[in-house]
Amino acid sequence: MNAQGVVRLAVNGRPIEVPAGTSVAAAVARISPMRFRDSVHGMPRAPLCGMGACFECRVHIDGRAQLRACMTPVREGMQVTTHD
Amino acid sequence: MNACDLIVVGAGIVGASCADEAAAAGLRVAIVEPGTIGGGATACAMGHLVAMDDDPAELALARLSLDRWEAFADLPEAEFDRCGTLWVAENPAQAAGIAARVARIQAAGGHAHALDAAQLREIEPSLAPDLCAGMLVPQEAVVYPPRVAQHLVLRACARGAVLHHGRRVRQLDTHGVTLDDGTVLHGPVLVATGCALPQLVPELPLRPRKGHLVITDRYPGKLRHQVLELGYADSAHGSDGSSVAFNVQPRPTGQLLVGSSREFDIDDPAVSPSMLARMLQRAFRFMPSLGELQAIRAWTGFRPATPDGRPYLGAVPGRDGLWVAAGHEGLGVTTAPGSAQLLLDLILGRTPAIDPAPYAPSRVLA
Repeated sequence: MNAQGVVRLAVNGRPIEVPAGTSVAAAVARISPMRFRDSVHGMPRAPLCGMGACFECRVHIDGRAQLRACMTPVREGMQVTTHD
Repeated sequence: MNACDLIVVGAGIVGASCADEAAAAGLRVAIVEPGTIGGGATACAMGHLVAMDDDPAELALARLSLDRWEAFADLPEAEFDRCGTLWVAENPAQAAGIAARVARIQAAGGHAHALDAAQLREIEPSLAPDLCAGMLVPQEAVVYPPRVAQHLVLRACARGAVLHHGRRVRQLDTHGVTLDDGTVLHGPVLVATGCALPQLVPELPLRPRKGHLVITDRYPGKLRHQVLELGYADSAHGSDGSSVAFNVQPRPTGQLLVGSSREFDIDDPAVSPSMLARMLQRAFRFMPSLGELQAIRAWTGFRPATPDGRPYLGAVPGRDGLWVAAGHEGLGVTTAPGSAQLLLDLILGRTPAIDPAPYAPSRVLA
């Protein structure tokens, strides 16, 4: 976070700046609002509940898979990857 | 008059295999299953097709069975995945035993080879770096057991078998069985009821042995082989009250199925947090990154354990027309096809595929 309260992270390699305290889900929504992950049968999925219950918003963060974007606050330098 | 050539009681993987084998041989078969087909120990199992080499009789039955499992390799219902089995050593004593284990498996017609620490790291980088050696059995596979059981029952029925689903055997009669709805079936009876064996055949000692399993979310590529610690057999074949051993399997979905635990003298099927913790700590010792993954479900099951660890396959002494195929403990999925072949060899008076003596129920009644 810089002095202006802005956190820089990357979503699918694209740099993005969001206010500190933003969830990863909100950050990802700016880049890929309708496709956080693919279902087992290849259907695009995106957050439904926004409170950690539905598991539809799972993404990779810094190499770790299956993390819920809605429950994870952004951190400086974070690398987020969607749908794989 | 419901005349049968064989009444198979129990449609787990073992009973289903026997019914399928009997129907294929042209017998008039009845199948009695009170619950879900493949819904007992079959549904709780890992579905790992593996030859344990520490008992020659168990190895012979496994080799016969593994050859027969090849016929299911392309069956969609089986979800057959040839991931291979990787046994890992955590100390030099275990590593020193690998050559003899390779030799035993090769002598029985299987394929296996030793790996040094570097080769182990290369094929499974996520294992703990201090593991010093391994043994790879590349032909072994995993399947999805309940669907195989269902497939076998359907195949038997397509060949004329009659399924009495939702019915329970009320009693064994001199000439067959009586079901709980009063239906009487006449013919030789094969009891393949796993942990429920004592209800119908109380003279054969059998104890349920509880186990826990955990499955993770999907992490494709995290692990390629089913991996077990070389000390697994000490846990599996020891008679301690409780034990755990590292055993993790990559499912075709990318999920990881994590075992194993063993407990005698517990009837409660509830997941035990302390046993689960002990089992997972053991798993983390061999695969540290497992601790970072999301587990999505844990469950338990009961293995039907005989006093010597071998199944009962054959005639029940002193009871006319009563056969048994039960007590496979943790190897019922692997050894179901061979068990069925051996049973039908005995029932039909064919030359047995392997020596039946080590499995004869009479061994515990002497």
